[in-house]
Amino acid sequence: MKILVAVKRVIDYNVQIRVKEDGSGVVTDNVKMSTNPPDDNAIEEAVKIKEAGKATEVVAVTVGEEKAQETVRKALAVGADRGIHVKVDGILEPLAVSKILQKIVDKEKPDLVFMGKQAIDDDCNQTGQMLSALLNWPQATFASKIDVKDNKLEVTREIDEGLETIEINVPAIVTCDLRLNEPRYASLPNIMKAKKKPIEEIAASDLGVDVSPRLEQIKVEEPPKRKAGIKVANVSELVQKLKNEAKVI
Amino acid sequence: MAVLLIAEHNNKELRPFTLNAATAASQIDSEVHAVIIGQDTAEAAKQLSGLPVVKKILSVEAAHYENFTAENFAPVIVKLAENYSHIVCSANTFGKNLMPRIAALLDTSQVSDIIKVISPDTFLRPIYAGNAFATIKSNDAKKCVTIRPTSFDPCESTGGSASIEKVDASEEFSKTKFIKREEVKSDRPELGTARIVVSGGRGMQSGDNFKLITDIADKLGAAIGASRAAVDAGYISNDHQVGQTGKVVVPDLYIAIGISGAIQHLAGMKESKVIVAINKDGEAPIFSVADYGLEADLFEAIPQFMEELNKLNTIQK
Repeated sequence: MKILVAVKRVIDYNVQIRVKEDGSGVVTDNVKMSTNPPDDNAIEEAVKIKEAGKATEVVAVTVGEEKAQETVRKALAVGADRGIHVKVDGILEPLAVSKILQKIVDKEKPDLVFMGKQAIDDDCNQTGQMLSALLNWPQATFASKIDVKDNKLEVTREIDEGLETIEINVPAIVTCDLRLNEPRYASLPNIMKAKKKPIEEIAASDLGVDVSPRLEQIKVEEPPKRKAGIKVANVSELVQKLKNEAKVI
Repeated sequence: MAVLLIAEHNNKELRPFTLNAATAASQIDSEVHAVIIGQDTAEAAKQLSGLPVVKKILSVEAAHYENFTAENFAPVIVKLAENYSHIVCSANTFGKNLMPRIAALLDTSQVSDIIKVISPDTFLRPIYAGNAFATIKSNDAKKCVTIRPTSFDPCESTGGSASIEKVDASEEFSKTKFIKREEVKSDRPELGTARIVVSGGRGMQSGDNFKLITDIADKLGAAIGASRAAVDAGYISNDHQVGQTGKVVVPDLYIAIGISGAIQHLAGMKESKVIVAINKDGEAPIFSVADYGLEADLFEAIPQFMEELNKLNTIQK
């Protein structure tokens, strides 16, 4: 079984986001970038399945500008076998990314495609579902447990009401939740080895996909600020404030 | 053209966020139709027809719709979409799972998790865990929009009399099979709609200690929340998680106990009307959003809090 894992480069989750003064977006210059956190879970799960002898190859793919390749390199350092970098500049909407990934799936013919359930930059939560729609494949979103059974997967999904279990036929798409596993760190020797693993570069324009945006970002602004609160000295003051000042209990 | 609202239900009754999504739909266009897909949904459809903002109901019933799978639901909605300018549902796990599948089949770029309808084609939505708000205009002919339920009030639920029209089912998608759903049953209010939420974090130190949170929540008639750290540590189940990748809550009162306030947790609760933080680390980021902060050891503060609540003559429920 062959697993394709899609990874995205985003502003690191620990960075305090700053909105640009001209309202055109958020500041990304000189800001720490990382792999989208649940994409790390997706890579980890694929590598674990391979280590368990249930997959033969793990291919990491990213879609984005020059530097996006760092995320593929990181995936190679934690166990992916080879990488693909679809090069394209500018803002890409999930619909465009899923169309590009569809072309990569056509070319690579994986049995499974894994990715994070949501990217923490645009918070769209769309790409996996869109890709499975385009391929007419089953989708298992928000996965917190995956059991590989021959040509089927049993997937536990995190839903608002609790947990749901579904069984899907391969080929399929799985979008990964943060609780699926604990992503490993890349060891130094593996980082060195990863430098020798191949990354194929493909220009998005060669894939024949229209990636022009359908949405116009009119402006980006800071959310309204909360007014500063106070510190209370003790519990009885807290309860009095809640009762008599905020009037919420 | 009218707006098509996708009703969320468990075949017997509507899920409450359908009412919030209906409000958002009615702000886009006054002509709102709703589609209800399931098996033996007569009761839920009747409930839906009571919503005054809904003018017409399309009911699709088949055995393969009994348990919600996006693969089965999407083709039906895509077929109906030709008569509608917008498809709308909640940005909870139901809508997040379903809407992108519809949007891709319609070749539409979805607008996710909107918090405001600015005009029928322009919406406000949070990005970067709510650390920025983006105003987005959709240039697609058909618009697929998911709405953040806590940003829209629920619509009136009675007084309407929409007609119910039967629509043909689509073929079954046989490559996905529903196995089971483990719902956590509770007598407490639902986390997403509760007036008061009491949440615990890693500072609780164990699942057993969450009993302290439970006691306070029961006293206040509150729902129980948790930070991702507490869920990851196994103190409490995932359906309690509040944050960027969990639930977004906007209660009148949010009490964060032993929660440091990571960016991704703040994303799920910082719009709450009144925020209380109890944490022994005075520098914890949670204090930056708290209206009332108490720097204290929670294991001393919670029993005192309970004692003080017991002294009150009345507690709003």
